[in-house]
Amino acid sequence: MHPAASVIIFNTFSGLGFGLLFWLGLGALVPTGMSAFIWFTIAYVLAVGGLIASTFHLGHPERAIKAFSQWKTSWLSREGICAVFALIVMAIYAAALVFADTHLALIGIIGGIASLGVVFTTSMIYAQMKTVPRWRHWTTPAMYLLLSIGGGALLSGQIYIAATLFVIGALLQIFAWISGDTRFKASGTTMETATGLGHIGKVRAFEPPHTGTNYLMREFIHQVGRKHADKLRIITIGLAFVLPVILLLLPFNHHIMAIPAVLSHIAGVLTLRWLFFAQAEHVVGLYYGKR
Amino acid sequence: MTCLPSSTDKKLGLVIDLDTCVGCHACVVSCKGWNTENYGAPLADQDAYGENPLGTFLNRVHSYEVQPEDSPAQLIHFPKSCLHCDDAPCVTVCPTGASYKRTEDGIVLVNETDCIGCGLCAWACPYGARELDGEEKVMKKCTLCVDRIYNENLPEEDRQPACVRTCPAGARHFGDLGDEESDVSKLVAERGGFDLMPEQGTKPVNKYLPPRPKDEMPEFDVLAPYLEPIASDGKGFVGWLDKALSSLPGGAK
Repeated sequence: MHPAASVIIFNTFSGLGFGLLFWLGLGALVPTGMSAFIWFTIAYVLAVGGLIASTFHLGHPERAIKAFSQWKTSWLSREGICAVFALIVMAIYAAALVFADTHLALIGIIGGIASLGVVFTTSMIYAQMKTVPRWRHWTTPAMYLLLSIGGGALLSGQIYIAATLFVIGALLQIFAWISGDTRFKASGTTMETATGLGHIGKVRAFEPPHTGTNYLMREFIHQVGRKHADKLRIITIGLAFVLPVILLLLPFNHHIMAIPAVLSHIAGVLTLRWLFFAQAEHVVGLYYGKR
Repeated sequence: MTCLPSSTDKKLGLVIDLDTCVGCHACVVSCKGWNTENYGAPLADQDAYGENPLGTFLNRVHSYEVQPEDSPAQLIHFPKSCLHCDDAPCVTVCPTGASYKRTEDGIVLVNETDCIGCGLCAWACPYGARELDGEEKVMKKCTLCVDRIYNENLPEEDRQPACVRTCPAGARHFGDLGDEESDVSKLVAERGGFDLMPEQGTKPVNKYLPPRPKDEMPEFDVLAPYLEPIASDGKGFVGWLDKALSSLPGGAK
């Protein structure tokens, strides 16, 4: 799949933002006044900034309002509704803390859970794709949720929770990669089933429909970056999980060490997301003799 | 709502004969022509006469080489467009309701004024039937020439999809695949028509007819006895040479 920058940015930063909103809503830290204003501004800049970035890949962002209508079947529609709901509920919770020094615990819990709901609905957009066997697995939503909660814990300064979640995250991500490597083959879709010609013999793409490229090939067949996949996987694990855990557990002033830990984690998650798309193979590639 | 209808009154679709298709791409051209001049946004090209031409097509013809185990390879031309699936995954993922499957005839269409161009339907389609237009930024797909098949301004013989009407080989057939008595349904039953990627669970309406088995030429030639390779008996000097060379390291056995 084509790793579109807008979608990678959205997945990374909105994930962090909604993760922070989750912890704020649950009351892991209950700031008030100016301090609350700063905390919620950070969370909203990340969450909303990511959502805005995601609209850059739309052909007609001016019609985005229509995307709230099809919640019965569409995970993208559910994501939009969930995001608006979570942001409104958390805005009420935040306003009470900032302006009235009042802790509306129940509103916060509802908003916090809804924030995770956004991350879950996002992940299901990918996990539902039967056409992309690597994504169609429980590890896709699990990794999205884990990264969001872990990143949120890191941002909200909960060192031991963040470190624990990062260790679990690293192990789960390695499992997701290894199990994902065999999933395309296990899906049973081949050039033979794609063309229905397998009963005659082995199928090979002889001539493509056109001499140039096309929308499908640009969007779904991304082979260039895959050759560095192994190195990028190591970089991802190092930056997203290992380095932040080491930095967090060093016996220094945590506020200073938090900045490189956060930056390292963000760089790692950006790489992880890039790999998530670049390594995912769409079955339509088979019609072109590629994956 | 982008819920799929539980059933459709008709199942209009195409039957494509892989035995007959000659790979001339006439269906590709007529499709591009009709659908650029008629319903919906035109099918745009970018850099059409330049180094990297790119364009939107609703129908493309691939060519595959199929290698049977013990006979010569076959070249099979393979036109591919939307299969108007009964369980169309492209419809249910649509967040705006722009994609829909018609209850009356099963045609899958895009309401272009509702399309936000998110591309998710193209992701969900295993067949590559949907392409986002590079100029209009809306999703384009085969409409089964919905503006031809019911169009009473056209002569009766033209009331079929442009690709079917134009095919010089008669490799494309249009009809109601939900009606067991229709010509297309009979053709599918007779020739063993099949689905593409049945394991994807999309239940395509369009069917493909397999290439007919090739004739087997009997091993018979009046000249054959006179054209026998002379050294096959391996007698005399040639026989000795054959054995001697074969016994050398790396020699042919």
